[in-house]
Amino acid sequence: MQVTITINGEPVTRDVEPRTLLVHFVRDDAGLRGTHWGCDTSNCGACTLWVDGSPVKSCTMLAAQADGHEVTTVEGLEQGGELDPVQKGFIECHGLQCGFCTPGMMMTGRWLLDNNPHPSDGEIREAISGQICRCTGYKNIVKAIQWAADNPATNEVNA
Amino acid sequence: MTAVDDAPLSAAGNPIGFGSMKRVEDQRFVRGQGNYVDDVNLPGMLHSAILRSPYAHARITSIDTSAAEALPGVRAVITGKTLEGIARPSLLGDNFAWMPTLSYDTQAVLATDKVRFQGQEVAYVIADSRYIAKDALELIVVDYDPLEPVMDAKRALDPDAPIIRDDKGFTDNRVVDVHGQTSWESGNAESTAAAFARAEADPDCVVVTQEILYPRVHPAPMETCGSVAYLDKVTGQLTLYTTSQAPHAHRTVYAMVAGLPEQKIRVISPDIGGGFGNKVPVYPGYVLSIIGTIVTGKPVKWMEDRSENLMSTGFARDYHMTAKVAATKEGKILAVDVDVLADHGAFNGVAQPTNFPAGFFNIFSGSYDYPDAHCKVDPVYTNKAPGGVAYACSFRITEAAYVIERLVDCLAQELQMDPAELRLKNLLRPEQFPYMSPTGWEYDSGEYEKTMRVAMEIAGYDELRREQAEKRARGEYMGIGISFFTEGVGAGPRRTMDILGLGMADGIELRIHPTGKGVLRLSVQSQGQGHETTFAQIVSHELGIPPEDIEVVHGDTDQTPFGLGTYGSRSTPVSGAAASVVARKIRDKARLIAAAALECSPDDLEWELGRWYVKGDKERGKTIQEIALLSHGSLELPEGVEGHLDATAVYNPPNLTYPYGCYICVVDVDPGTGQVKIRRFIAVDDCGTRINPMIVEGQVHGGLADGVGMALMELIAFDTDGNNLGGSFMDYLLPTAIECPDWELGETVTPSPHHPIGAKGVGESATVGSPAAVVNAVIDAISPFGVRHADMPLTPANVWRAIQGRNVRTDMAVE
Ligand code: FES
Ligand code: FES
Repeated sequence: MQVTITINGEPVTRDVEPRTLLVHFVRDDAGLRGTHWGCDTSNCGACTLWVDGSPVKSCTMLAAQADGHEVTTVEGLEQGGELDPVQKGFIECHGLQCGFCTPGMMMTGRWLLDNNPHPSDGEIREAISGQICRCTGYKNIVKAIQWAADNPATNEVNA
Repeated sequence: MTAVDDAPLSAAGNPIGFGSMKRVEDQRFVRGQGNYVDDVNLPGMLHSAILRSPYAHARITSIDTSAAEALPGVRAVITGKTLEGIARPSLLGDNFAWMPTLSYDTQAVLATDKVRFQGQEVAYVIADSRYIAKDALELIVVDYDPLEPVMDAKRALDPDAPIIRDDKGFTDNRVVDVHGQTSWESGNAESTAAAFARAEADPDCVVVTQEILYPRVHPAPMETCGSVAYLDKVTGQLTLYTTSQAPHAHRTVYAMVAGLPEQKIRVISPDIGGGFGNKVPVYPGYVLSIIGTIVTGKPVKWMEDRSENLMSTGFARDYHMTAKVAATKEGKILAVDVDVLADHGAFNGVAQPTNFPAGFFNIFSGSYDYPDAHCKVDPVYTNKAPGGVAYACSFRITEAAYVIERLVDCLAQELQMDPAELRLKNLLRPEQFPYMSPTGWEYDSGEYEKTMRVAMEIAGYDELRREQAEKRARGEYMGIGISFFTEGVGAGPRRTMDILGLGMADGIELRIHPTGKGVLRLSVQSQGQGHETTFAQIVSHELGIPPEDIEVVHGDTDQTPFGLGTYGSRSTPVSGAAASVVARKIRDKARLIAAAALECSPDDLEWELGRWYVKGDKERGKTIQEIALLSHGSLELPEGVEGHLDATAVYNPPNLTYPYGCYICVVDVDPGTGQVKIRRFIAVDDCGTRINPMIVEGQVHGGLADGVGMALMELIAFDTDGNNLGGSFMDYLLPTAIECPDWELGETVTPSPHHPIGAKGVGESATVGSPAAVVNAVIDAISPFGVRHADMPLTPANVWRAIQGRNVRTDMAVE
């Protein structure tokens, strides 16, 4: 079947099997490999992206269900060559190690700040609680998102 | 950015040398531009999937692949029979159906005779897409004749237990190591037995015995295992992109397994989504992808699912321990003895130095001063997945640290002594280092009491005990748990340590280009440790070149010198030392070149960071960058000095390094539900010199989360039919941001005396040290109910059962 999904502002049209998962569409058909997958049971959150502006585990959704919808992935966070404050925060606060969970964590972090610009640590922990990180023990992920809350549009991140 | 001590900052704001510096690799990761194995797509690439056994133990009577082969889009279906038919011009055996493990056992690539664990590889499909490959699996018909599975390690040695390894002609289920041993002992059995006999007879002494299980868990990195293999039939070159923590060692194994010439094999470990020891072994899936490309002539990708990862790849622990300690009633420890029944699964696939078949478990005597220790480990085969040495275990020091730290708390309870006081009475003293342990380890350096006092200070230990007493009076159950651990990491001296005969030394290569910027080529490989940053910092520290001017290359066997890889916290102790040594070689050569340029004797020169200058005339000197240009230029070089500024080194560590730490955990337990809430966790690590404190702390955070997971929720258990009860993330529970507290860290710095920069390695410290702190805290909380011990994981149900005085068995399903 033919599916058209607008990913990071660009419409992507492909013929896919009806059972194609959104995560596979994004990675294999659209070629955007920043979105990862880490489990078979929708528990890990490595595949988190946005559908119409809200975080979704893209392994729980068929590409067909996203037909005609807007998807935003980690590749869409950077605007005009400038990293999003959440991306900067992850660098500043050492919010990542292997980087595998990171795209999903950042998508949730950005969404949280869009809806709650000054979250408490507890609210951040709650927001990312559907996602697993095996490397960081979460503390620096919380710090990274707080950093972005404190530096909403800073230009002075270290490259 | 903060520099350590007096490290000056570079133009880019990075410390020239040691200090917290943002990671180089983050730039690609935050943009979603990491390149993991599943991101590798080669032209014409095919996909593949593995059919796995639903049974833990069964004879295969027939396999019918015809319907799968007929499915459009399927390129090949391979079974054990197919592999038996492929002649292998190799060093090992004569066909492809079996492969060597890293501990000299053999493992089936695809089962031929019978299956020996649930999830074992039975057939392999190569197809145009991963969906078609999975569809084809459904069409393969396998007839099994089920056999009684051996799921309980204790059953394995029963005289009437079914024999698992009949393929080897074995008549019982004992694991036999390469030296023909079926039982592994260390320490002094006689003196330890005598010490226990004396203690038993002495009214001023006590003996405490405790059965302690370290249950089977799984490292479960966020990225599962996988590979992309391509054999170019014209050049004969095999390229393998793979999730490997040890690309060079794997290359050698593939040369042996596939009979391919080693110079034609290129193993590339691109970005790796976490390893934790899960990516040290060679798995059948990797080998099958190689066979897939040989059979089809196309690149073949294999990526396992999460359930395949949890059910078939390297598990960790599964140590059934009986530990006893003798002590005076004043709390002076006299002797410790530990007996272990070690469940190795169906194939002995442990990845560790050959001469240490139980890993470094015999470091269990811990951080305390007593003369007599002994342990005996009996390894057995069961119908479970192979593995055993994984999950940031420092070659089984996790089990060792856990058993001694749990035992010390049992002793404290028996003596009704504060566990902090008991530890302080027995900790090794600074003047005892280097210290020879009763089981033969030479601890390099430590100031244990100081570290423990720092942890107690941060925790506010006395205040916590007061609070606990008040709460107990009110019927509230708060617990405080301490663990003090010592690790031996950085394997290892090649005289005693090898894996499959490959000595554990690490090669390295440093080239300084004419402009004074350089490339460092490592034999080790990163799975998130940040090597591209920290190794540049080591060179920066030695040569004064800004870290941003050093490019670090790793993970590609064609581009890097030989070495054994990243696991067992060995990168900093071994390869980090190599980086320092190779940079010092460059510094020494630079001195000769500077002397030639300055027309003086090399002896007249003195080094300051980044520059050789003439003693007593500081203005007259040459920077390392100037020397780099001179070395590539037309300067007349002294006799015996070659041009250019390159060097190589192979570092053979003289000893292990011994990082240590003190952890304190504070929990609140709801006795009605058994729910444990970790309120605080204090971790004070001493890993010697810290190259990049930010990264050190990050590694500690990650390991603490592992400890919380293992102590409270992670478990691979089985039912008696052989079903794996932890085969998905629905069942294998990992800690999230909710279960993890806001870690409180401290540090002491006691450099290693034999490591060039005094660093000790920290990657596994927190995973090793933290489970005991959590468990000790929970037991402390519920000790008023008369509980002295309960096995991990301390789920609400298990804690509740322990409070009720019921026995808890966590490794097998409760019938
Ligand atoms: S891949 Fe694990 S939740 Fe989607
Ligand atoms: S950074 Fe490795 S899983 Fe989160």
